[in-house]
Amino acid sequence: MSNAPLLEIRGLNAWYGESHVLHGVDLDIREGETVTLLGRNGAGKTTTLRAIMGILRRREGVIRLRGKDLIGLPLHKVAQAGIGYVPEERGIFASLNVAENLMLPPNVAESGMSLDEIYTLFPNLHERRSSQGTKLSGGEQQMLAIARILRTGARIILLDEPTEGLAPVIVQRIGDVLVALKKRGMTILLVEQNFRFARKVADRFYLMEDGRMVNSFPGHELDARMDELHEVLGV
Amino acid sequence: MNTIFGVPTPALYGQILIGLINGSFYAMLSLGLAVIFGLLRVINFAHGAQYMLGAFAAYLLLTYVGIGYWPALIVAPLIVGAVAIVIERFMLRRLYGIDPLYGLLLTFGLALILEGAFRHWFGAAGKPYAPPAELTGALNLGFMFMPIYRGWVVVASLFICVGTWLLIEKTRLGAYLRAATENATLVQAFGVNVPLLLTLTYGLGAALAALAGVLAAPIYQVSPLMGSNLIIIVFAVVVVGGMGSILGAIVTGYVLGVLEGLTKVFYPEASSIVIFVIMAIVLLVRPAGLFGREE
Repeated sequence: MSNAPLLEIRGLNAWYGESHVLHGVDLDIREGETVTLLGRNGAGKTTTLRAIMGILRRREGVIRLRGKDLIGLPLHKVAQAGIGYVPEERGIFASLNVAENLMLPPNVAESGMSLDEIYTLFPNLHERRSSQGTKLSGGEQQMLAIARILRTGARIILLDEPTEGLAPVIVQRIGDVLVALKKRGMTILLVEQNFRFARKVADRFYLMEDGRMVNSFPGHELDARMDELHEVLGV
Repeated sequence: MNTIFGVPTPALYGQILIGLINGSFYAMLSLGLAVIFGLLRVINFAHGAQYMLGAFAAYLLLTYVGIGYWPALIVAPLIVGAVAIVIERFMLRRLYGIDPLYGLLLTFGLALILEGAFRHWFGAAGKPYAPPAELTGALNLGFMFMPIYRGWVVVASLFICVGTWLLIEKTRLGAYLRAATENATLVQAFGVNVPLLLTLTYGLGAALAALAGVLAAPIYQVSPLMGSNLIIIVFAVVVVGGMGSILGAIVTGYVLGVLEGLTKVFYPEASSIVIFVIMAIVLLVRPAGLFGREE
């Protein structure tokens, strides 16, 4: 059963209050894969991540991690099942210093990176470990948001627009980090508007429109489909 | 006799000591209110009743079970904390995420019920509670005589405040609490059992109030209304310090207690309103409070 997906989503519907925002979304991610969600603003990419985590509570359908159903779980049990979340707004806490932010998420498995490994991968965080979390630059906050999930041993990481608003040199650094994570066998679900960034790491793409999955294709087809994508994404 | 600004020094020192003692209770009570408000966004109007429950628990433990002051310092907060946990799980929890006014009304109603019930059972008159034998008598400080029990209360309250501050600022549990105060959903999405954290925080806040109640029992008499007399001032302290600020609650508690004591010496007529005047000025000049973060 090595081909069974690590994360399996079938017919996922979700609602914000009365408004129906996800319509029968299907998505598979196999162990070690990096999958990128593409789509216009408001297509439902962030909503999909929030529905998987259970932050968005009103959901129907199937979300399974290694065959285990996640929909019935209370919010804090989803992370404990092995999913790490890096939100779009990064979620760095102002009342915690960098080291406290890094240590905040409880471990979910033994296999997490040690502090030494993390500080080797992100030397800035070590230098600034006693600074207030929100005093870091945008790029450093993004590194911190990723690093604290790597520490927990989560098997799959949901990354929401990690490059948004960052300078090209920082985007490059984050790309290097994702490539390093891929090499370690980490499974990644990435929401990203930046094609050039995503093509470096993505094994497969999913295309969303109006809360529906409209297409999916392997990473190497990205160039051939560029015209089609420009049309759908309006970029 | 020595005088300062025309006031005899023993009277001055005496009022400063009284101010420090009152300030100790302001600090301990506003600390619990600040912790609860910070995380739960509930204005806990039952805080005064929980303080009263602590004092009554000590009185009842001594009168009916023969459990004295020292064990009561542990047992009474545990009992009141347990009651608070039941209240959080079955009542307060249903009000999260809606207008904070509902939490205020619920806790206000609970305070009225508790105070009314105790007045029905024990009458409005105060019950005496003797300080433990080890802490009776007075100490000659050279410039004044200080009742040992009062000195103990000031020292104990300092330890309680510093201990609570360390718990919140320096431990992992405290980091969860601070982070959840900022963004509870994200902390829960990281795998922290936030509903349990909320329950424990309300229990801890109530236990702190009860501990203050036990410390107060030998100084003020144990009476059903002892909490409601104090809680209004404590709310003013919290507003001056800044809603939700832990350090603000502690510092403001002691400072306002001493200021109130000094007012009794220099202008006694104003002593019962000085804290509210300061509150009004702070609200005008710095609405988030002296230690609060502007939002």
